[in-house]
Amino acid sequence: MKELVITAETKNLDEVMTFVDTFLEEAECSMKAQMQIDLAVEEIFVNIASYAYAPGTGPATIRVGLTDDGSVFVIELIDQGVPYNPLAKEDPDITLSAEERKIGGLGILLTKKSMDDVQYEYANGSNILTLRKSIR
Amino acid sequence: MLNIEKKAEGTNLEVKLTGRLDTVTAPQLEGAIKESIEGVTDLSFDFSELEYISSAGLRVLLAAQKIMNKQGTMAVRNVSDEVNEIFEVTGFTDILSIE
Repeated sequence: MKELVITAETKNLDEVMTFVDTFLEEAECSMKAQMQIDLAVEEIFVNIASYAYAPGTGPATIRVGLTDDGSVFVIELIDQGVPYNPLAKEDPDITLSAEERKIGGLGILLTKKSMDDVQYEYANGSNILTLRKSIR
Repeated sequence: MLNIEKKAEGTNLEVKLTGRLDTVTAPQLEGAIKESIEGVTDLSFDFSELEYISSAGLRVLLAAQKIMNKQGTMAVRNVSDEVNEIFEVTGFTDILSIE
């Protein structure tokens, strides 16, 4: 697996995306899967940057790899901030009208819908979110 | 990277986006809409060159839609399959007028 350790700040998003996209391009990921992976990574990284260490900041570790047969992309996003399981949150109601909709709350929903598998674990003082997505 | 091209004609405003509408670039669009939306009755977005949209971009579109519900109409045109899929997953196909 390749690893990037970076300060969890929104302004570092471009660097995170470049790290992930470079890996995906080398892995010959399909365009559609790459966009869906980008979406999920952005949502999770921005969440970490916004909440994990608030009001301060701290490190985020991003590990990327492929399964043995090269068909499934695996990414771990890790922080040592407050324990938080984003998957425990209820999905927003997507049937509401524009007036009734709240601004926000769609990030995790998008992550879950665009990935094949999302798992959360809290271990050794770290939040670990593992995403899997077929890249063919 | 996001490029925002605005074309205003009377009370019509067309906004063409080129690039990525994400957490970093969404505030640029929010600002561009805010400074031009007063008095607009017809707002349209051209997404033919928009490669990517994240939830931060959806938030800006939702805010614009809410404003336009009070003062006119809003349309989103030339949406790619990839972006449209994100609209579908989030229920935005029911909120926005996608043409």
